[in-house]
Amino acid sequence: MAKHRGRGVATINYPIGMNLGGDPSQALVHSNPSGKFTVALSSIDLGQGMKSVTRQICAETLGVPVEDVYVDTADSDTGPHCMGSFASRGTHRVGNAVMAAAREARGVMMEAAAEELEVDPGDLETDGKGSIHVKGAPHRSIAISELAWIAQRWQGRTISGRGIFLVPLSDVDPETGEMSPATCYAHACLIAEVEVDDETGDVAVLKMTSAYEVGRALNPKLVEQQLVGGSWMGMSHALYETPEPYYPDTREGPRDFNEYLMPGPGDICPHDILVLERPAPDGPFGAKGPGEMCANPVLPAVANAVFNAVGVRINDLPITPEKILRALKARGGAAPAARPR
Amino acid sequence: MLELRKDIFADERDDNLKEVGQPTQRQDILGHVTGTSPYYDDHRFANLLHLKLLRSPHAHARIRSIDDAAAARAPGVKRIIRGADVPVNLNTLLSLIQFGKDDEPSLATDVVRYKGEPILAIVATSERAAQEALAMVRVSYDPLPAVFDVEEALKPGAVSVNAAYPKNTFEYYGKYDHQKLRFGDVDAGFAQAEIVLEDRYQMSPIEHAPTETNGSIAVPDTNGRFIVYTSTQALFFSLDTSAKINAMQSNQLHFIGGTVGGGFGGKVDTLTEPLAILAARLTGAPVRHRLSRHEEMQFGSPRGGERIYIKDGVMRDGRIVARKVTAYFDSGAYTRLSSYAAVKCAAHIPGPYTIPNVSADVYCVFTNRTPATAMRGFGVTALDFALECQMDKLAIAIGMDPLEFRILNAYRDGDMKAHRREAKNCALIECAQVAAEKAHWPLRDEFRRMSSRQGGGAARTVGGADRTRAPAPAAPAATARPSTPQRVSYERPAAAAPVAPPAPPPRSAPPPPAASPAGSTHGAPRFSSVFGTRRR
Repeated sequence: MAKHRGRGVATINYPIGMNLGGDPSQALVHSNPSGKFTVALSSIDLGQGMKSVTRQICAETLGVPVEDVYVDTADSDTGPHCMGSFASRGTHRVGNAVMAAAREARGVMMEAAAEELEVDPGDLETDGKGSIHVKGAPHRSIAISELAWIAQRWQGRTISGRGIFLVPLSDVDPETGEMSPATCYAHACLIAEVEVDDETGDVAVLKMTSAYEVGRALNPKLVEQQLVGGSWMGMSHALYETPEPYYPDTREGPRDFNEYLMPGPGDICPHDILVLERPAPDGPFGAKGPGEMCANPVLPAVANAVFNAVGVRINDLPITPEKILRALKARGGAAPAARPR
Repeated sequence: MLELRKDIFADERDDNLKEVGQPTQRQDILGHVTGTSPYYDDHRFANLLHLKLLRSPHAHARIRSIDDAAAARAPGVKRIIRGADVPVNLNTLLSLIQFGKDDEPSLATDVVRYKGEPILAIVATSERAAQEALAMVRVSYDPLPAVFDVEEALKPGAVSVNAAYPKNTFEYYGKYDHQKLRFGDVDAGFAQAEIVLEDRYQMSPIEHAPTETNGSIAVPDTNGRFIVYTSTQALFFSLDTSAKINAMQSNQLHFIGGTVGGGFGGKVDTLTEPLAILAARLTGAPVRHRLSRHEEMQFGSPRGGERIYIKDGVMRDGRIVARKVTAYFDSGAYTRLSSYAAVKCAAHIPGPYTIPNVSADVYCVFTNRTPATAMRGFGVTALDFALECQMDKLAIAIGMDPLEFRILNAYRDGDMKAHRREAKNCALIECAQVAAEKAHWPLRDEFRRMSSRQGGGAARTVGGADRTRAPAPAAPAATARPSTPQRVSYERPAAAAPVAPPAPPPRSAPPPPAASPAGSTHGAPRFSSVFGTRRR
């Protein structure tokens, strides 16, 4: 009886947004009289950080500091239509809608500033710190906090913008499946290292190393949060979870977290994550969505690592100790698989 | 720890940005860490009523009679709601985008099709009063045979689960019981393959397991409107679904969401809002409908089970020449969103690899279990598991390193994908390279030099002379679509690498697509997978 170590790998890609498109999202951006901006969305932040990335997108596009933007979500009376927070579409679809709205609002803002400074709007630029100035002449400037009041009170302008993003719906050829499922894809490679106990059938994930290509990491901390959380979920899916342990037999369904197994803090392993950015031509600043895909490569990487460790293939998820022990018994014991070269 | 590899693809980016790319603290963090972010259930109302559901104990049964007289007289009970009280008691979620037939009642009236299917709702002054009254309801059932296995459900004479789809499969484009994918000539591919490997993969269902279970509170407002506080992850999806079931105008509903205690796809189904609104209408009081943990685990829709068969043909030099996939989505008793996932699954086949001959059939199958729904990676997770386990087996079968095998077959810019769109903006090879470097997974030089960009840096062959036999081109099938150039950028010019293998003789022609049985699809009636037979 012994513990055996093994490594497994998986490489995957993931489509961004609802399959076939046809899933619009809208955004509204407006300034209050002191030059602070509100983004109104009906979209939902599920904890993935959509409020934060759309806030950064809006600030970047307007050319104002991020603190001057507040994102209001999840109200059907004030926020325009959004298909919803699913299908890795938040960053890409909602982000693009916010970008479009912010661009329109910026256009009005620059016109207002041009009128006030008596120059052409094309000669102006934002400094990202709350002011607009003439290119090459930073002393000829106006604070946005001041401009917003002037625009409203004296010029009769609303510094606001509307945005929508829509990937047109694709047809599907019923005979061949010819279709345009997505406009961009994120990519990943994950290597898992496991230790399999051939006496108990227990699998411990010792380490993960992954590389994710996400178009643009709009906020690297939020990307990290997604990728770490996703890898935990993938590990849990690979080794622990199911409400139907003997599927398709319906016996033994768990009713609560005492019966529904999940890994705990002690089962979490070190995870080295590398992030690559190959901007998507139609992503907001090139961004794709890493939210869903990050659970996917863990499942096969762990299954392949189990094979590498003890020489048995488990083709049915989850890879429980019971399945490993049965497979080891059928095989006549553990036989670590040499990786061919 | 996260490390940004800004050096890769640097020439394709403008990194001169101020706010984007910063690790800015999230806008809502203070509320989250101080426990003050409001969830739907943090809203307090005087005279709040509570809705609980009577659920079927049978996986499949005819309802003979329901006796709720004693329950109606129980203490605290304000109202009992039956199927006949629901204004539109048949719906399918994707009817909002005109995809599929209405197949699921809010409350079952004649037949129950899964264990846990709602039959009746009790609205009472407390959850306990509602639960105690539920125990007084007497339902008489005639149990029916049930089917739980997707392949059993497809056999002739199988029990019919869903009245809208009596053959137990979702109907695609008004004529097929599955989604097809056809590219190249998969039979010819297998004929030329040196090794053929076939296996079966099964993903059992899993639970979203959100910390906060599904729930909502519907509150009568002025002007005949209702405010609905909800845990939904798709506000207008839930609003429009609730409006349809209640036969209301969308502007009679004001949905307020916000902080959500975990979604992962399990809060799109609008499980609680329609009946909460109906109960608020019938009682004139605010009504809360939230799932218990037991209900969430067993009767809130899970990620469904998926069974996948893969057959691959591979050459000893490492190239995959044919891939055939048959996949079955276990939708449970009703459609919800599984029909959509099957199309997404077909689009994802054969994974991020360039394979000249691909064929797939993906079925959305009805069984007598809790309806499945979306979950993180919907339509793709199980397929990725199956494909990537299969890739490992293929690599070992031909004696190649599993990661080098993937790099060799990885799709690159300009390749033609099986759903007939050109690959672009690819980055699989680069991910593999940097992960391997970090994990000290040895890769040979030629694999470290390959690239996802056009040309790819090397030919798709590897190793010594014994691995360089060029496969015979797939037998050309009569092409029905001559107007579509079918470029399968499969062969690459050999790199000027010192260890570059001899390049195989170029093929005279790429494999043409398989003939489509009904002749050209150009000009034929086109159906959208999402819109189905489109309403115009």
